[in-house]
Amino acid sequence: MCLAIPMKLIKIEGNKGIVALSGVKKEISLNLLKEVEIGDYLIIHAGFAIEKLNEEEANKTLAIWKEIADIQKK
Amino acid sequence: MKYITEYRNKSLALKIVDKINSTLKEYKEKISLMEVCGTHTHSIFRSGIMSLLPENIEHLSGPGCPVCVTPNKYIDTAIAYSRLPDTIITTFGDMIKVPGSTSSLEKEKASVGTVRIIYSPLESLEIAKNNPDKKIVFLGVGFETTAPLVASTILSAKDENINNFFVLSGHKLIPPAMTALLESKEIKIDGFICPGHVSVIIGEKPYYPIVEKFGIPCVIVGFEPFDLLKGIEMLIKQITEKKKPSLENQYKRAVRKEGNEKALSLIDKVFEIKDSPWRGLGVLPKSGLYIKETYSDFDAEKHIKCQVEKTKEHPGCICGKVLCGTKKPYECKLYGKACTPENPIGPCMVSSEGTCAAYYKFKKR
Amino acid sequence: MKKKNIKNKKILLSHGSGGIAMSSLIKELMLDKFDNPVLNELTDSAVLNPSGEKKICFTTDSYVINPLFFPGGDIGALAINGTINDLAVMGAKPLYLSCSFIIEEGLDMDILDKITTSMAKASQSANVKIVTGDTKVVEKGNADQIFINTSGIGILQKNIILSKNNIQIGDKILINGEIGAHGLAVMSKRENFDTDIKSDCAPLWFLIESMLSVEGIKFMRDPTRGGVATVLCEIAENSDFGIKINEKKLPIHDNVSSFSEILGLDPLYIANEGKVVAVVTKDKASSILANMQKHPLGKESSIIGEIVGENKGKVVLETIIGGKRIIDRLVGDQLPRIC
Repeated sequence: MCLAIPMKLIKIEGNKGIVALSGVKKEISLNLLKEVEIGDYLIIHAGFAIEKLNEEEANKTLAIWKEIADIQKK
Repeated sequence: MKYITEYRNKSLALKIVDKINSTLKEYKEKISLMEVCGTHTHSIFRSGIMSLLPENIEHLSGPGCPVCVTPNKYIDTAIAYSRLPDTIITTFGDMIKVPGSTSSLEKEKASVGTVRIIYSPLESLEIAKNNPDKKIVFLGVGFETTAPLVASTILSAKDENINNFFVLSGHKLIPPAMTALLESKEIKIDGFICPGHVSVIIGEKPYYPIVEKFGIPCVIVGFEPFDLLKGIEMLIKQITEKKKPSLENQYKRAVRKEGNEKALSLIDKVFEIKDSPWRGLGVLPKSGLYIKETYSDFDAEKHIKCQVEKTKEHPGCICGKVLCGTKKPYECKLYGKACTPENPIGPCMVSSEGTCAAYYKFKKR
Repeated sequence: MKKKNIKNKKILLSHGSGGIAMSSLIKELMLDKFDNPVLNELTDSAVLNPSGEKKICFTTDSYVINPLFFPGGDIGALAINGTINDLAVMGAKPLYLSCSFIIEEGLDMDILDKITTSMAKASQSANVKIVTGDTKVVEKGNADQIFINTSGIGILQKNIILSKNNIQIGDKILINGEIGAHGLAVMSKRENFDTDIKSDCAPLWFLIESMLSVEGIKFMRDPTRGGVATVLCEIAENSDFGIKINEKKLPIHDNVSSFSEILGLDPLYIANEGKVVAVVTKDKASSILANMQKHPLGKESSIIGEIVGENKGKVVLETIIGGKRIIDRLVGDQLPRIC
């Protein structure tokens, strides 16, 4: 069961948080994560955050392909 | 939408398609790639990527749909519970239409059963608090992505002294299913598209023994079109270069090597691993999660006693074989005749992205 | 016709959701019995010609929504606009409505007051009169708060007969704006999500009137239950053409896109209450689009696809990355999924 989506953490209230994506907000449980900060992007599955997204890895994944795409455009 | 839109970029996606096409220019053998995740099945169909790839790449949908691999006995038990006057079943939407031996939760909802569709297991706790005279039974169906959520919910119920909340645990583990498929040798799998969010929880390690023992390339893949294509490209590279197969992680932005340790510790705290029956695969060793004795207060099987009808498999239904990729839907005698999306007999026809339902849509024969 | 075995079968929610289950039920238990040439056309409104002069359109609809009040609307506004729109998409100027209430014992009078105020407002802004009605109260437990039925009469304009039979290869498919808002606005209330999504519930006649002023409209339908996908499938099925849709051209707001991702729903199948899908002649498409875009309810109008010769009877979507997938009818409701 895998349906999960990246949403931005905008508020922390104990072991619950409020996450948002394009104006859609939801209270979720942070019980499955150790440390989070406001502004983190979290993967949300069935009302729980299951992981924090790694921005550096995300950028690396796309970087080489963006380079190729840019070279091709020129 | 950050972390989504950029992975749906058409020109990036087509770059990878080009790369795959050029890698397979001279390689004409059939390549069978299996995914074992319902959301991967859905994403592959939704993005239409197979229509962009060379014809010799075959996409196999494995037993990655947790409701599809749930045996009839579990569904019959859930139905029996729903008929009890003092019981409310809470469940994810996916489970509603799956047929058991003679009925489904959807049909029970229309009859005497009380069934509520929820988005999160935590909603069951609210329902339990608002209905103190009822027993609330949550159907715990799902793989490693969902199990820690249910574990956390049980722990919250304990902390809050909620004593009318129960879980009927049907959670299963993906790596044993992958192993069973490869051991059966009934189907040729050249590479595994490993489930993205299951891997968020379990990390990379559980796949190493599979790669080692069976010599099969495995790539952990995300869900956006870019991820799917990149993951396929990585598998194709391993297969065509014929180097030592390895486990690779395409979804590094979400999957850490060690997984989510806190989630894993919650699973370990609440559940124990035992042999478990899977539709289509039989009983697989150490493949199911069952509630530990310490938390037996929340175990539906221990607390809710009722008559469950004798399990019947529909003669002619070969969903088990279709789930494992050993038979195609059109090889089933019931497909398109007695078994249609309007009147599904087996789970593969129920979900709009189930293998049989997907074939039916394309009218493949 | 072979009688279907209905012994021991029950009506399920999926029989009311606009999908295949519902159309099978209607065919087997109603159409075959009521059988007449007007009904058999299965249009949004019946076209009647009792006196041989102007044609009358007549339609009916019942509203059973829960929750009664949702962002952007309520059951009252829906009951008025929904029926007005069923007339409007036939090319008929809506004139008169009837309205029947079935009310559950115990409903707060304040709620009924809010609903009827909303209905009055909606009918006045659409220039439509509620001319007859009925009210029943049933014992507590025998209705879900309130059910409303509205029937409507309109006059068909300019001898227009909009029909699927008019459709030809090359025709373009237009829609007047973003999809998926209504269904998700309702769902946000049910599932307790905080969103800024509002129902698009609105009367379409004035927009449609401006569209009809340019000749070239072949067929229209409002994509309510079952969404745009269901309307497109209904147009394509049993025809000698196919439909090609471009995912990139579908007007979908980010908040709708995000919320549907979270719940695992497809915006193409989500209900709309202020949208019209129109099939128009290719060379008039730009003018009709321009007219639509001038109207407040059509600012985000877009050409989303076309009628093609290949894939007869089917609707094929070109995905954002250039792949292809078939859009099919749902059997029942689209349910939030986790897998």
